[in-house]
Amino acid sequence: MNKKWLSAAAAMLAAATALAACSSGGGGGANTASGSGASNCTNTIPKKNLPVVTMWGWYPNMQLVVDNFNKQNGEVQVCWTNVGQGSDEYDKFQTAISAGTGAPDVIMIEMDRIPTFQIQNALVDIKKYGFDAVKADYSEGAWKDVSVGDAVYGVPVDGGPMAMIYRKDIFEKYDITPPKTWAEYEQAAQKMKDAGGPAFGDFAANVSALTMALQIQKGAAPFTYDPAQQSSIGVKLNDQASKDVLDYWGRLARKELVGTEDQFTPEYISGVINGKYATYISAAWAPGYLTGAGVGKGEDTGKFAVAPLPQWDPANPVQVNWGGSAFSVTSQAKNPELAAKVAYGLYADKESLTHGWTNQIIFPLNLKALNDPEFVNLKVAFFDGQQANKEVYVPAANAYKGVTYSPFGQYYFDAMTKQVSALIEGSVTGAQAADRLQEDVASYAKEQGFTVQ
Amino acid sequence: MIEKSAPSAQDRTYKIRGKVRFREHLMGWLFVGPFGIVFLALLIAPLAYALYLSLFQKRLIGGTSFVFLDNYVKAFTDPSFLSGSWFVIRFSLVSIPLQIIVALAMALILDAVTSLFARFSRLMIFLPYAIPTVIGAVMWGFLYSKSFGPLSDIFGLFGAAPPDFLSSNLIFYGLVNVVTWQWAGYYMIILYAALQGIDPALYEAARMDGAGKWQIALRIKIPLIAPALLLILIFSLIGTLQFFNEPQILRSLAAGTIGPDFTPNMYAYQQAFALANFNYGSAISFALGGIVFVGVYAFLFFTRKRRSFL
Repeated sequence: MNKKWLSAAAAMLAAATALAACSSGGGGGANTASGSGASNCTNTIPKKNLPVVTMWGWYPNMQLVVDNFNKQNGEVQVCWTNVGQGSDEYDKFQTAISAGTGAPDVIMIEMDRIPTFQIQNALVDIKKYGFDAVKADYSEGAWKDVSVGDAVYGVPVDGGPMAMIYRKDIFEKYDITPPKTWAEYEQAAQKMKDAGGPAFGDFAANVSALTMALQIQKGAAPFTYDPAQQSSIGVKLNDQASKDVLDYWGRLARKELVGTEDQFTPEYISGVINGKYATYISAAWAPGYLTGAGVGKGEDTGKFAVAPLPQWDPANPVQVNWGGSAFSVTSQAKNPELAAKVAYGLYADKESLTHGWTNQIIFPLNLKALNDPEFVNLKVAFFDGQQANKEVYVPAANAYKGVTYSPFGQYYFDAMTKQVSALIEGSVTGAQAADRLQEDVASYAKEQGFTVQ
Repeated sequence: MIEKSAPSAQDRTYKIRGKVRFREHLMGWLFVGPFGIVFLALLIAPLAYALYLSLFQKRLIGGTSFVFLDNYVKAFTDPSFLSGSWFVIRFSLVSIPLQIIVALAMALILDAVTSLFARFSRLMIFLPYAIPTVIGAVMWGFLYSKSFGPLSDIFGLFGAAPPDFLSSNLIFYGLVNVVTWQWAGYYMIILYAALQGIDPALYEAARMDGAGKWQIALRIKIPLIAPALLLILIFSLIGTLQFFNEPQILRSLAAGTIGPDFTPNMYAYQQAFALANFNYGSAISFALGGIVFVGVYAFLFFTRKRRSFL
């Protein structure tokens, strides 16, 4: 089978998933309308006499994790439903919050969305339900990402420590060594373009969370937000660091050193498969994502490698995170204590964790897995046997300090997409884009009743 | 002065008729009833609720407050809503005439040709309408794709780069094409049915008067199917102003090009379900409904005045 057809097939699969997500819209709605939802589980509950906690999540191996939990637990059973990935799920949860009914007891959400739901009082602080018993299982940075102020609104599950995935074959062909700084990254990109090579990377409008992470790496702190003073928020999207990062990528795009394709589209995935990009600046979950799309197998075997994320100041390296998710307890949970037990217990047993990381579906945040020599020393097949965890991802995860996210994440990301599109088109400079973004988001925050500092 | 008298025979029949009429009315209401209940419960009640919602504002800080028409004032000064509305208006001006011209041309040709091939063609032209909009949009997304669409192969033969119909410059035409492909066949069937309803004696008379095929088409067929043309014009006007499915689907393939405020309907959806702003979402929906109503009413008004416009 030639590559073009393979990528077309992968693309079709992605589209089919999108369609399935659309069609499940109706089904999901019907499920939530019935309230308890215990009768609509995707899984079968083995111990029928125990109380049941409902749960939404979308990991590919959720079925196995839920089954493991139900098998091992003698106190509570989980009824799991997949109502769609990412924003599909958030839209349904948002609707359930507005309606005051229809939400599950436990929900999987990405960490950057926690404040968005917390401010609507849709999540429960699980600190009083056994936090101390599991506190040591996760790093400080991981806890910070699921916390708002002193309260904890989720159990960290998977993280996205960032790194630079690159094509070994292309690097060798153009005689390039993995750049250690962003300046070197630009030089290498120029060298590759001069030699007639492919784009060095990609700067996309539709991955605001990635752009934000890169800005934070340079020293930006987009939001300061203390829930003790809920009505006041600091919005700083146009400081020098943010502007520098946008200008940097804007310059690379304008010189056509990097592509400007939207990521996660079939077009982009096929580009990654076909060697259209020499590097892929991404997180630890990317290999699993690419493997799922058919990359790294067959002819592709052995082509990818990973290096630490390039730095601005190699003397003071900063590690950042893209994505990552948590299990939160919703305020519609009938029994929050029981729900919290589920949130703490899911993905905490060895079997589920091992399955997750051996198949590269998740990058675990549970230190039981992170410190497991077997995990650390794993020779990752996708990276041709490179010990990617030991060399790159584990140090990155350990050095990660956590971020304060905003309580209007969706609006911020949409507004950033708009400005980055304009930057890619060339109608604004990076600095102008940052100023406009600041103005836009600050005025939204005011409209929502915040005092903006 | 009217004198009271014993009921006459005529009065009695009136009374009986009255009873019969009442019974007839009752039967009528019983027949209409199921529809009426569904209509009230699933259309009027949600509309009323949305109208009610649109009069409030819910903020993340400070909760819900009654703001009366503020949301509407905001909508008509909101660049996102206005640019989206302006887009669908421009889109209507290009895509509706195009769809109707294509549909009319095909209907006239199929009406003039009677062969097995014509019947087959009719089915094929209608086929796109039978494909769900969502699937049609996904399909076109791939046909437009630079790396695995046919465009790159076709243009590659001449050594040229294919046009990117998902880029911000060409997305307008990309969508015009998808919409025309989807709907022209459906409109063609309506026009074709209208053409079949014309008395063939008229053609015979015209031919005896020396009219050619072109003259028959222009002077007899088109004027006689004017009501059907008007009908599809209104259909397409309403449909285009509520543009949602195609851009929403293509968005996942071209996220930077198609923003969440691309059309007013998408903007309303975004406000309500992603940003939890059901109040403003309702206001946008109502404002859009207002624009559609005014547009269609104005259109009907003008065509009624000047029947001979076609």
